[in-house]
Amino acid sequence: MTGQMMKMNDAIVMDNLSRNYGDVRAVDGLSLEVPEGQLFGLLGPNGSGKTTIIKVLCGLLKPTGGVAFVGGYEVGKSDGKVKELIGVCPQEPAVYSSLTGRENVELFGDLHSMPKEELRRRADYYLQKLGLAGDARRRVGKYSGGMQRMVSLIMAIIHNPSVAFLDEPTVGMDPQSRHAVWDFVRELKAQGKTVILTTHYMEEAEELCDRVGIIDHGKLIALGAPKELKERFGAKDLEDVFIRLTGRKIREGA
Amino acid sequence: MNARRLSALVKVNIKRIVREPASLFLVILFPILLTAFFGLAFGGVGGAQTTYQLGVVNLGSPSPLGPWAQAFVGNVTATRKLQVQTYDSNATAQIALQQGKLSAVILIPAGFEQSVEAYVRNPSNPAAWQVSTVQLYIDSGSMFAVQAIPPVVQGALTSTISEVAAQAASLPIELGSPSLIQVAKFTAFDYMVPGLFAFSAIFLTMLVAQSFTMDREKGLLRRINTTPTRASEFMASHALSNMLLALLQVGLVFALASAIGYHSQGGAFSLLFAFVMVSVFAVTCVGFGLITATVAKSSGAATGIAFIFIMPQMFLGTFVSANVSGAMATVGRFVPSYYVTDALTSLFLRGASPTSAAALTDLGVVAGVSVATLVAGICLYQKYGGS
Repeated sequence: MTGQMMKMNDAIVMDNLSRNYGDVRAVDGLSLEVPEGQLFGLLGPNGSGKTTIIKVLCGLLKPTGGVAFVGGYEVGKSDGKVKELIGVCPQEPAVYSSLTGRENVELFGDLHSMPKEELRRRADYYLQKLGLAGDARRRVGKYSGGMQRMVSLIMAIIHNPSVAFLDEPTVGMDPQSRHAVWDFVRELKAQGKTVILTTHYMEEAEELCDRVGIIDHGKLIALGAPKELKERFGAKDLEDVFIRLTGRKIREGA
Repeated sequence: MNARRLSALVKVNIKRIVREPASLFLVILFPILLTAFFGLAFGGVGGAQTTYQLGVVNLGSPSPLGPWAQAFVGNVTATRKLQVQTYDSNATAQIALQQGKLSAVILIPAGFEQSVEAYVRNPSNPAAWQVSTVQLYIDSGSMFAVQAIPPVVQGALTSTISEVAAQAASLPIELGSPSLIQVAKFTAFDYMVPGLFAFSAIFLTMLVAQSFTMDREKGLLRRINTTPTRASEFMASHALSNMLLALLQVGLVFALASAIGYHSQGGAFSLLFAFVMVSVFAVTCVGFGLITATVAKSSGAATGIAFIFIMPQMFLGTFVSANVSGAMATVGRFVPSYYVTDALTSLFLRGASPTSAAALTDLGVVAGVSVATLVAGICLYQKYGGS
């Protein structure tokens, strides 16, 4: 498959994508397309391969087999172009603890060479939106874990990427913060961005995602809209879908 | 190379060091404290010195000293502030002064005896006096000697002719304006300072190693790798920020050492050379830091492993190595800090020119080692240390 063969409105295409860690196959022959502007959820227990998929799509890991395209550019061959299109919020709140919240956010705007004025305006907007405006000049090391995750989220999208990868963005957050992040994610979708959200919170996926892919042991075991999947498997929720597919609860792990 | 990204990353690196107390101590406060400690301990500075060595040269006859001159020298000695050593010639006394054996030299003029005697005969008739001048030379590097010695000598001179001095508005013998002599009196501290520059910079190795391992632990390196930032920009930002820190260290160490009483034999050009030399050496430290970060599994381990690079450089290539045995001195030629200290010693202690072959050779060696170490560090880190 080539970029030219992709459907015009596909933001992400994976074709028979695999990734091994030594003898362990973390991603196993994954084929999937995500149209532009879709909020797509990758669901699965810890260790199912969700984060590995994100890392491959971001150019952090080279695929062992198959190909992946982001925004029409092949991952591994045009990583520079891919990195201009994407914003990544990693699972761990990767922030500089000795910098302030604003400095962390502005650093990532600088790394994407954003116009200064736009950077300042967007930083103000998102710090305000996620309730961090009053703490923006405090060092992030003094923030709570939830606040650090909020900063990490803003760092991922400050440069207005067309594709956002949000890897477990609400882990460890209190319900109030989680709902603030949900609003934030909905806004990204409303802006027409393609959002790839990994989570093991089924209610989060049901609440936010247009379509979900359920991953287990590196394989895609189900794909569809949350409502469609529930209907197909006669399940009351996505957790139930996972149980019917694997015989395990999603939080029991792989 | 994107200047915006480079500048943003350099600012981040500097801010992190300035805002982390442990890093700030290592890079800024530690060199300052070390310089202050060694300066005060070995610089021969302080208010405790109450006696000074005074060289006396009798330029006239009879030799060795006439009765009035003897009385004058006796009065000087009686102050107990000056210990007198007589010299046969001005030349030998000046050499002793320049070597730091003396704090001051006085020249008793040929007409000293006649001046006093003429004065005694006609104390109230200045027209009959034979005025002569006692020349005084003082070590310009000793602030205390410059201030303390002239009044002591003047007092002794006045005492010598005290009986008539009270009646006269002036004296037949004047004390000449003190000539301040730049002496080559080196304290132990003077020998240490060139090595202190290198000593301060070698700890950058630890900071770089800690920074890379900590960022790796936190996932920051991976995160930056999802942006358009190139590896070359990221590495260059570390090299640049550490060079800037090294420049700051040189400035601080030199300023503080000078304030304490460091006798630098080099001028502004030598200081500029020191800035260049130490900033180039900082690149070596970045390379060693990357190698350390490649091997270290955690930032804690990086601190320990960094000493593999720091210790040999400290003991064989800084002021600590001043008294090592011949064999160890030879081994010292294999550590880059040796060449930093060697060049700066030539400049600041021996007064060599920054364009001398020796200094330029040392700079060339450090530059070569810096490039090699940085390239090795980047290659090793990218191949084995990034995960």
